[in-house]
Amino acid sequence: MSTSTETAPTSTRRGPKPAGQRVAEWADARVGLYKLGKSNLRKIFPDHWSFMLGEICLYSFTILILTGVYLTLFFHPSMNEVVYHGPYGPLQGVRMSDAYASTMHISFEVRGGLLIRQIHHWSALIFIAGMIVHMMRVFFTGAFRKPRELNWLFGWTLLFIGMFEGFTGYSLPDDLLSGTGVRFTEGAVLSTPVVGTYLSMFLFGGEFPGHNFVPIFYSVHILLFPGIMAGLVVAHLILVFYHKHTQFPGAGKTEKNVVGMPLLPIYTAKAGGFFFLVFGAIAAIAAIATINPIWTMGPYRPDQVSTGAQPDWYMGFSEGLIRVMPGWEINAWGHTLVLGVFVPLMVFPLVLAAIAVYPFIESWVTGDKREHHLLDRPRNRPVRTGFGVAWLALYFTLLIGGGNDLWATHFHLSIETITWSVRIGFFVVPAVAFWVTKRICLGLQRRDRDKVLHGRETGIIKRLPHGEFIEVHEPLGQEELHVLTAHDQYKPLEIGPETDENGVERKAGPVTRLRARLSRNFYGEHSQIPKPTVEEYDEITSGDGHH
Amino acid sequence: MKKLSARRRHPLAALVVLLFALAATGGLYAALSPAPKAQADESSQSTQITEGQKLFSVGCASCHGTHGQGSSDGPSLVGVGSAAVDFQVGTGRMPAQQAGPQIQKKPKQYSQDEIDQLAAYIASLGPGPIAPASNQYDPAGGDAAKGGELFRTNCSQCHNFVGKGGALTDGKYAPTLKGVEPKHIYEAMQTGPQNMPSFPDTTMPQQQKQDIIAYLHEVDTAQSKNPGGFTLGSFGPVPEGLFAYIFGLGTLIAIAAWVAARTTKAKKS
Repeated sequence: MSTSTETAPTSTRRGPKPAGQRVAEWADARVGLYKLGKSNLRKIFPDHWSFMLGEICLYSFTILILTGVYLTLFFHPSMNEVVYHGPYGPLQGVRMSDAYASTMHISFEVRGGLLIRQIHHWSALIFIAGMIVHMMRVFFTGAFRKPRELNWLFGWTLLFIGMFEGFTGYSLPDDLLSGTGVRFTEGAVLSTPVVGTYLSMFLFGGEFPGHNFVPIFYSVHILLFPGIMAGLVVAHLILVFYHKHTQFPGAGKTEKNVVGMPLLPIYTAKAGGFFFLVFGAIAAIAAIATINPIWTMGPYRPDQVSTGAQPDWYMGFSEGLIRVMPGWEINAWGHTLVLGVFVPLMVFPLVLAAIAVYPFIESWVTGDKREHHLLDRPRNRPVRTGFGVAWLALYFTLLIGGGNDLWATHFHLSIETITWSVRIGFFVVPAVAFWVTKRICLGLQRRDRDKVLHGRETGIIKRLPHGEFIEVHEPLGQEELHVLTAHDQYKPLEIGPETDENGVERKAGPVTRLRARLSRNFYGEHSQIPKPTVEEYDEITSGDGHH
Repeated sequence: MKKLSARRRHPLAALVVLLFALAATGGLYAALSPAPKAQADESSQSTQITEGQKLFSVGCASCHGTHGQGSSDGPSLVGVGSAAVDFQVGTGRMPAQQAGPQIQKKPKQYSQDEIDQLAAYIASLGPGPIAPASNQYDPAGGDAAKGGELFRTNCSQCHNFVGKGGALTDGKYAPTLKGVEPKHIYEAMQTGPQNMPSFPDTTMPQQQKQDIIAYLHEVDTAQSKNPGGFTLGSFGPVPEGLFAYIFGLGTLIAIAAWVAARTTKAKKS
């Protein structure tokens, strides 16, 4: 044998090692690549389209960074006044800020500039829409439960910062639409009691619009927020890796395993391919449809405004809050408290916080401290599902309020009617949505129970020899039965007996009582339909099928 | 056929039938509903004012009074001038179809000759804004950039950045300016129809009106360039958000479902 010194004794291959292996070994010796790979390359990810919603967010975030870097090469974050002499006719000789002029330059003169701008902006809308839908998937399937509460908060923080990342981004071109939004923000800042005027002076460096806000927003938009978000994304992914992915219930799937495809090669290939599909789809949309055509809006001037001045959709619910809030104000001791602006400003974070704290409220109410890796079917948790739908209903109601003028013109309605409907709907719609959703969930649970015990109605009517007509029911397969019956049904928390073993009255504080009452709401007899027991199933299926 | 028959009890069969039924009903309606008919009228050759008065007595006097003095159903027309008549009748707003928050634009009911006769009659009732000559409203004679600034200062708060229209109070609205003839835009500014403020030559000289018309011609006609692709109506972020959800996220979720469905698992059956 003429083995060279590099060849491992176990290798049967002759000659020098392939280049790939040499690189890998070089890396392994320095960063411990093999050990890392051994434990992670076979990591299993379950396959379901709804588990790829988070990927859509990750990829659109990546696209945002790539296109954003390109845009920074040409954008001037400056509010110096210039006169436009570019190729766009209807703005010839118009005075504008350097920020607006450079965005015009990107849109009309930089090669591929307009396409990149539109990819950037469409990705931003899709990124945040993806985060909302991803969050709703996690919410409705109960994937936020222990041990994933922290990751829920990471994700929520990404959404929250993402909204302001978007706001600072679309404000940069200093056009008439976004300038109106910045003016609105100034009004919101001013409405803050006591410190409002100081905050506004600090932000704008004097009277609005000043010369400050574009450079400030620029730093925040390209450095501060993306930095925080990139960190959170990494932390989010590390936790997904560490916790392993959740999975839907099904035959062979337990709290202790993960059924799916290994990271390498299958999942990597799929995820990598999906990135290009996402990039391609967004690029196609950006090539087809205009977004934020700043050239039609003109440069910002505080004395101009246009109708239809809405923020991007993710800020739409805050626009709705401000549009439907009555213009109340209190004047006292020479000061004005503008409730019409200040109340919406305070409700805005509360709307988002309501969904953020839900996992903690649920685990406190139900006393559930176990780990969960199997997902819930939304119908089996009617109260949670009802709450989620109520939140979405509130969000959508406020979106209607934010676009009340377009709803009015396109549906031939009076804008006041819409505003009043949203005012009432703000309180009524979530309650109705909660109740309706809960009833639907209970109905679906009953249907599941019925299907397990009696099978599926086939619609085939059979006439028996003695003349009776029956509908043929098709029994469900084992897999389907498993899905319908695998979930746990919880018992509500009990306060315990009124008196202890010595007959002395036990004290239950108001918090304990509240918790027991909420728990009854979650898991009491009005909130879930008992799933069929083994005995019930045996009794019914042991007969002749005629029941 | 056998395949179809075997699947008619499928849980989704009802949904499929419903979709077919909806598509069929909608399709038939679109195909068979009557198309609006255009009306043509001839005019006679007599003196403008007398002919106009005759037309007025037939078509307008029931609301505006026999001598244009107005009634409980319509305002006085003394002093509104020929420009107002040319705008109101020329855009089909008059004669009004029905009462409502606002009189709407519709196909015009009189020929241009008849409108000129009506205008001549109304102008004879009292002095008012005169319908412009074509060199006053020709878009070629205006500066689109100046017009854009004027439009954003005076018009866009109701009519949107590029004249797509917007909502006013109590069901009233500022209509879209797309497809409105330059002459009618000029007359609207001159006379201030319905909720619109008027911009007489004393506050907005003729050249500025022409600049605005030039701007609208540049950004809001079929010839306007849309470098970004489809404009989604130019209504700003609301349709953009809707588009991002339906076509953006919708496409991506469809792709995700496609990717997730294609996997290496062993075939069932």
